[in-house]
Amino acid sequence: MPARVVVLGGGVGGTLAANLLDKELGRDVHVTVVDPTGMHVYQPGFLYLALGQAQGRWLARDERTLLRRNVELAVEAATRADLSAGTVALEHGGSIPFDHLVIATGARLVRDSVPGLIEGSFDFYSMDGALRLREALRTFRGGRIAVGIAGIPYKCPPAPVEFVFMVDELLRKRGLRERSEVTLLSPLNRAFTIESASKLVQPLMDERGIRLETFFNVESVDPSAGSVLSLEGEKFDYDLLVLVPPHRGQQVVEESRLGDAGGWVPTDRATLQAGGCENMFAIGDATNLPISKSGSTAHFEAPVVASRIASLIRGTAPKANYGGRVMCFLETGNRKATALRFDYEHPPTPPQPSVLWHSAKWMFNRLYWETVPQGRIPERAA
Amino acid sequence: METTVTKTLDLRGFSCPIPIVKTAQAMKTMASAEVLEVLATDPGSVPDFIAWSKSTGNELVERTEDGGVYRFVLRKR
Repeated sequence: MPARVVVLGGGVGGTLAANLLDKELGRDVHVTVVDPTGMHVYQPGFLYLALGQAQGRWLARDERTLLRRNVELAVEAATRADLSAGTVALEHGGSIPFDHLVIATGARLVRDSVPGLIEGSFDFYSMDGALRLREALRTFRGGRIAVGIAGIPYKCPPAPVEFVFMVDELLRKRGLRERSEVTLLSPLNRAFTIESASKLVQPLMDERGIRLETFFNVESVDPSAGSVLSLEGEKFDYDLLVLVPPHRGQQVVEESRLGDAGGWVPTDRATLQAGGCENMFAIGDATNLPISKSGSTAHFEAPVVASRIASLIRGTAPKANYGGRVMCFLETGNRKATALRFDYEHPPTPPQPSVLWHSAKWMFNRLYWETVPQGRIPERAA
Repeated sequence: METTVTKTLDLRGFSCPIPIVKTAQAMKTMASAEVLEVLATDPGSVPDFIAWSKSTGNELVERTEDGGVYRFVLRKR
């Protein structure tokens, strides 16, 4: 009988891990991906969608079309994983048995955990959010735009910085820049958590007149007054507020008591084994690892998980380890970008922003669907 | 003034910006003059805490390092 692997979540990490396991083990494995929507969403596209540079239909595909033929897809919400019974319970009844479990459930947005956030702010962290923001920007006629972070950890750490650069560019194109102010509300005393990247982007922000408000950790929003308040006791008035909503781990993780206080799965930084269990692994945003929550992280973690599960099924010693590798682009506006490549041991040394990196990002945006979920980008080249 | 620690935050293993954000959240719940002790392992937290204390007016009463663990003692303004 083939070994049974259940993968919770059909995002980058879950899809790639499922495909790699099927490819590697063939008849020796039966992989089931459980995903509540059955749609695979390319989340990096939300930024472009909000700024009117991409279409919504370009950002989602049927998960079935991305999975290898022998991988089963259950379009169902998993409600609970029971490690001792080896089963995953489904929302509409029934359960799926497993020998190995992969948690690739991602993060969920908890917009209601910050008072006033829903009524007072926009975001580009979901398809609907990005579409609402696009509409707000379309009818924007000048004023104060503030961009901040309403909770950590959050997905794609460079995104707020990218957004201020790209919205600056948009306002210039529309002749609204002189009537507008763009401010980044940063939780720290610099534009970005990673020092080297901050040193690179701060002069560019100065050059474009993008303001930086430091140590501004969002506490609440007062929509009627049009102001956002910080834990540090500051108040900032806005006409258009864009906030990264707070994130938590998924409900199924919390219901199964597999998460920490934030709902993130305690995960070994090298083996990606979860909760100290031999047969449970976690990938991507779902983990509690202190690295970027991003598709790139999941992309580099999935082959490690697939390889370790394949070894366990074959009865050989697992060898693959995750070294903390992440690679992401950082758009700096005016069709230029830089790239952040780093791992647990090596902080990034981003190159000067150039057209080349911006083009590479766009090429990646286009090639994603035919390459990443199938494991067609060789690991060293990505 | 007495520096009896009112509350301790163990943020060992967390990387930037989590120590600063968690500290800002904890400080919010404390009363003026109460003292918060923070333990962190991220070397970047040293300049961050110095700058945060200056910017917010919450005094950095003590700063020590022992075997890779940084200890910050902050008094709420």
